Amino acid sequence: MNTSFDFSTDLAGRTLPNPIVTASGTAGSGKELSQFFNLSELGAVVTKSIMVKPRSGRATPRMAETPSGMLNSIGLQGPGIDIFLENDIPWLVSQGARIIVSIAGESVEDYAVLARRLRSVSGITALEVNISCPNVENRGQVFACNPVTAQAAIEAVRRNIGGELPIFAKLSPDVTDIVSIAQAVVEAGANGLALINTLLGMVIDTNTMFPKLSQKTGGLSGPAIRPVAVRAIYQVHQALPHTPIIGMGGVVTGRDAFELVLAGASAISVGTATFNDPTAAISVKTELEHLLMERGFATFNQAVGFAHREEISL
Amino acid sequence: MSAATINPKALQHDAEVISNKRVGAYHHIVLAVNELASSCRPGNFVAISVGGDSSSMVLRRAFAIYRAHIRPDGQGLLELVVAPHGAGSKWLCSRTTGERVNIIAPLGKAFGIPTEPVRALLIGGGYGSAPLFSLAEALKAKGCRVDMILGASTAGKIYAPLEGKRSVNSMTITTDDGSAGIAGRVSDVLPEMIKENGIEIIYSCGPMAMLEAITDIAKNFGVVHQCSVEESMACGIGVCMTCVLPIEDDEGVMRMTRTCIDGPVMDGYKVHWKKSREVPEGVWGK
Repeated sequence: MNTSFDFSTDLAGRTLPNPIVTASGTAGSGKELSQFFNLSELGAVVTKSIMVKPRSGRATPRMAETPSGMLNSIGLQGPGIDIFLENDIPWLVSQGARIIVSIAGESVEDYAVLARRLRSVSGITALEVNISCPNVENRGQVFACNPVTAQAAIEAVRRNIGGELPIFAKLSPDVTDIVSIAQAVVEAGANGLALINTLLGMVIDTNTMFPKLSQKTGGLSGPAIRPVAVRAIYQVHQALPHTPIIGMGGVVTGRDAFELVLAGASAISVGTATFNDPTAAISVKTELEHLLMERGFATFNQAVGFAHREEISL
Repeated sequence: MSAATINPKALQHDAEVISNKRVGAYHHIVLAVNELASSCRPGNFVAISVGGDSSSMVLRRAFAIYRAHIRPDGQGLLELVVAPHGAGSKWLCSRTTGERVNIIAPLGKAFGIPTEPVRALLIGGGYGSAPLFSLAEALKAKGCRVDMILGASTAGKIYAPLEGKRSVNSMTITTDDGSAGIAGRVSDVLPEMIKENGIEIIYSCGPMAMLEAITDIAKNFGVVHQCSVEESMACGIGVCMTCVLPIEDDEGVMRMTRTCIDGPVMDGYKVHWKKSREVPEGVWGK
């Protein structure tokens, strides 16, 4: 192993020792995965989106496997910010994990409340602001589907979090022009972006002849959506080359992560792959590092957005 | 959320297929495993990656462990009874000797074994009988009387190996079509069985409707009911949140509870069967 290779990444002024992180909602708060590897081996743990209050989530069936992917309709089940701050953050800190906290709200005010609760908490590296969960009652509630509502949510976080903590806006690919949404949230104070959330989908059970999920629709994830992620990251990186992107969407191997990095991702979340293999994030990390060295990169940073090079040099 | 966490003994392992035999409607599959065999308890399950490296099936499949033991030569064995229903279980059932499958086991909470000898009744629906034979042995070792009822739609779907029959005091079979044993359902013969044999505890595994029917009868007789529930899961290790059921916790709070971690064995009295497919009123966080 070439020890001079620099695998670290910079996320809006915060340095991670490596760019591999969990995807929000696929790792809980890390406790279960810690039985399979040491959480400090990850660049960071991105926690499951936390809301102001405890939340039961949706009825079952909440899941349907699809070709090279799955639909989920969990509905943000979680303990709420109070219990999260009391239990999950101190535990993650005790494990030596770097923490990116994902927050989700039903209203702009929720985002403001969550930001206020988190602003003085130590041990957090960054915030991921989930404004794009598809599992809500009303499609109009997906903040990231509209530049105006997306901006309002991010502004609320920016105003209340103070200047210290970088915030990453998590966007939905289910929009006509993701670049315009990305530009809007960056104007509103987002330091970076998390691309992409799941795509809204549906499976109909041909035996019962009803939709398979209790709430009919769910978010599509897994390798099936990787080309959508690569496209979204590529387009946004092209328009906003200095805005760091946490890339995600169907990453299973180091090769897959490399593809997102070439498109412009400064960090890579491993999500659905964890359901199949609890150590997926660690093998992605090892494989990506080898791949980058094999291809002659001296630093991880050199590879970020490398697929854009001809257009940039023209 | 509950403080429960993943089975502390769970290990990930590439297991070699030692044998794969068709038995009626099912496959009896034996895997060579490492020391994890010694930490498997009746009621634990295994999550298996299916389809190979380039598969389009991205989720593990969960199977109840039929039995786990260490051979005299020290080799750990894990045995499963698999119904080739969907693409994943069909793939598993078509594995041949010498092939390897990636497993995570043991997962989940096991059946509770009483410290004193009691009169136990074990009820299995279809391939739900799989974990009951090793449970029967564990109960017999405690001096319990063990009766068993197995039910299925038809004779071919009853899984009752000879050695299994030997491990119980009595075996009653029911089939919906009457092709074996008594025509009817397990719930039809259950009240009589409880009365005649003075049953003190019921252990069950099978379809949700059967577990609900058993709970209703168990309640009428004041008999304890430990049931192994089956809810579709994506990960088996508590991170995906898909396998939840509305279940009352020890403080009496109804929560959407992960059956992979807090179960699959549950106190039947605590499951909100009538609204198991809903988020009932009063659930924490609704």
